Amino acid sequence: MSTPRLRGKPPVWVFVAATIAAVAVALTALAVLGSRSLPARTGPPVEQLAVERTVLTPSVIELTVRNTGPDPVQIAQISVNDAYVAFTGSTEPLNRLGKDVLRLDYPWQEGQPYAVSILTSSGAVIEHEIAAAVETPATGGNLLGLMVLLGTYVGVIPVALGMVFLPVLRRAARSVVRVLLALTVGLLAFLAGDAALEGLELAERSGGAFGGPLLVFLGAGMAFLALTAVDRFLTNRSREQADSPASLDSADGTNGRRLAFMIAIGIGLHNLGEGLAIGSAYAVGELALGTALVVGFALHNTTEGLAVVAPLTRQRPSLLRLLALGLLAGAPAIVGAVIGAAVDNAALASLLLGVGVGAIVQVIIQIAPALRNQTGRYLDPATTGGVAAGLLIMYATGLLVAA
Amino acid sequence: MSGASRRGFILGGAGVALGALPGSARAADGDPSPSAHAGHGDPSPHAGHGVHGGGINGPMFRGGAVDHATNGFNPSDVLRDFDYGKVSKLPNGRTLREWEIFAADKEIEVAPGVRFPAWTFNGRVPGPTLRCTAGDRLRVRFVNASEHPHTMHFHGIHPAEMDGVPGIGRGVIEPGGDFVYEFDAEPFGLHLYHCHVGPLAEHIARGMYGTFIIDPPKPRPKADELVMMMHGYNTTFDAQGNQLYAVNGIPFHYMHEPVRVKRGELVRIYLVNILEYDPINSFHLHGNFFDYFPTGTRLEPSEYTDTVVQAQGQRGICELRFPHVGKFMFHAHKSEFADLGWMGFFEVTE
Repeated sequence: MSTPRLRGKPPVWVFVAATIAAVAVALTALAVLGSRSLPARTGPPVEQLAVERTVLTPSVIELTVRNTGPDPVQIAQISVNDAYVAFTGSTEPLNRLGKDVLRLDYPWQEGQPYAVSILTSSGAVIEHEIAAAVETPATGGNLLGLMVLLGTYVGVIPVALGMVFLPVLRRAARSVVRVLLALTVGLLAFLAGDAALEGLELAERSGGAFGGPLLVFLGAGMAFLALTAVDRFLTNRSREQADSPASLDSADGTNGRRLAFMIAIGIGLHNLGEGLAIGSAYAVGELALGTALVVGFALHNTTEGLAVVAPLTRQRPSLLRLLALGLLAGAPAIVGAVIGAAVDNAALASLLLGVGVGAIVQVIIQIAPALRNQTGRYLDPATTGGVAAGLLIMYATGLLVAA
Repeated sequence: MSGASRRGFILGGAGVALGALPGSARAADGDPSPSAHAGHGDPSPHAGHGVHGGGINGPMFRGGAVDHATNGFNPSDVLRDFDYGKVSKLPNGRTLREWEIFAADKEIEVAPGVRFPAWTFNGRVPGPTLRCTAGDRLRVRFVNASEHPHTMHFHGIHPAEMDGVPGIGRGVIEPGGDFVYEFDAEPFGLHLYHCHVGPLAEHIARGMYGTFIIDPPKPRPKADELVMMMHGYNTTFDAQGNQLYAVNGIPFHYMHEPVRVKRGELVRIYLVNILEYDPINSFHLHGNFFDYFPTGTRLEPSEYTDTVVQAQGQRGICELRFPHVGKFMFHAHKSEFADLGWMGFFEVTE
């Protein structure tokens, strides 16, 4: 604030403004001059289309396509299983990232596979496979209800079932709890890998306009950072509480609650991705393949409830708190299912699956300190055995889903 | 199996109430059909409206027809467009026929909105139908106005140096070059010509072919004569089959503009297959049969049929009369090709 300093040096904002201006000038110059020195792109236009959503109604196949390439795409004709079909849609070229809905007139049969070939004005063909045609459920209140029910089936109920083991865990020795936490780490690690692979696979389908596989990593990174922030916040608050003499909680007990909370969030974000998978599978009719999918998911998720309550063996949380934890872990499956069925967008789905992955990785880091034995070692035979068992259980129950 | 029942199965007992919802939603939308899936897999034609719906009337292009004027040719004209050349007499009394054919690169609209960078003879696909009589002296001056090397290779009997293949006689005609192919017309029959520069498949698939007819010394009976050259377009240029199949240039053309013929009149079809990338092609006629003369080198038909199969380069003459008026379909009986464009109508009138 002193006058001499003002006179000697300009204020900070001037520096900032000058720097930004200099960078802007440099970038503009680069854009103007650089674009001139670059050779023009030659060869045929790069034509890419991603089919973001497929809706089947009697005698109509409706495709939502997006131009994911650098050049405009003019859709000229469309054939289904090598037969040209009448269709409606824009007659103008689709610009980069532009979206269009094509309604194809075709007498498709339930359960049959279809190959849709989109012929562009330049004669290029963009293929889209429909693995098994099943009428798309009408969106609206009914679908919402159905997805809520399915989400409850695969999310909330199994998690609650897993949490029922809490009294059993209470009677167990501390070393048993340690092994159970190790088991949880194994379960979560498997889920993270599984979700990452699924996210990457979905990202392939999205055409890459919004980043493709990068979306999975972006989602994972953001979720990891966000959860770390939540964790720091909770840690600080619990420290303050522990310092205050009014607090009845031991530092250990608070830590267990915090851990349970973080695990619930992590699993919840994972279940969001899982719900998404169910919802979008339902939207394209794949869920109709059988009850095995739902039963498999449910069994798979029971272990998640176990993971949530594993850190709570040393205290007596209220039923309300347990319920809240269960919903936090399980209910996102409902949200995911609703989003998945309503949106059916591969890019969004891969982003959300990435979010689940980041959340799980964060949770694993949270749990890790609790795995230490008296000598401070993380990986003794008991915990390695627990982690391995967790991986194997997830693998085995995962097989049920594929059935 | 209906989706509704499947849903009920998934949801089990708890889902009974919700499982019933999709049906009630239809009712609310004003759809009187008892099930959203009525008719799918139900062979009954009375299973309710919207059962079959769209697509059952056959293949279709969006946007109607292509721009024939810009293309520079119309398949309806190609049908009866016979080019007899410039006719004169040689000192020895023989008939001399002279043509000038040019090769040119030309983008043509092969389906509404689909452009194909074709290589053409005289700016059209297929090239002109050259017609002469057995024993005529033929002089074909070929001018290569394309940016690619080409030749003209004629089926028939002629000296080696007139064969239009690389390395023999004049061989490849480079861009800007020209050459006169000169030979006698023999044997009589239905032949074809095409470019023979490598890669051969691409030079043919790009559109460099045409029909070559040598009439017998004693002309065939008078008839309404039609040329039909079967071919396709591999628009992706991957040599894996074709995206479009056609007769005389434009897929589905004769669906919109049927081939008009008279009832009871003799119709003679010069049918040539120059389809590339697929091993066979075929021709099937509805509501009629025809006499078939393979390659047209004999005057007696080999069979009486409604369907013939031709490999690439194979051809034959079909002779028939339509006893009934009305529209009669003709198409490749390789049905896939029909669905992809090789399909049309005869319209028979009094």
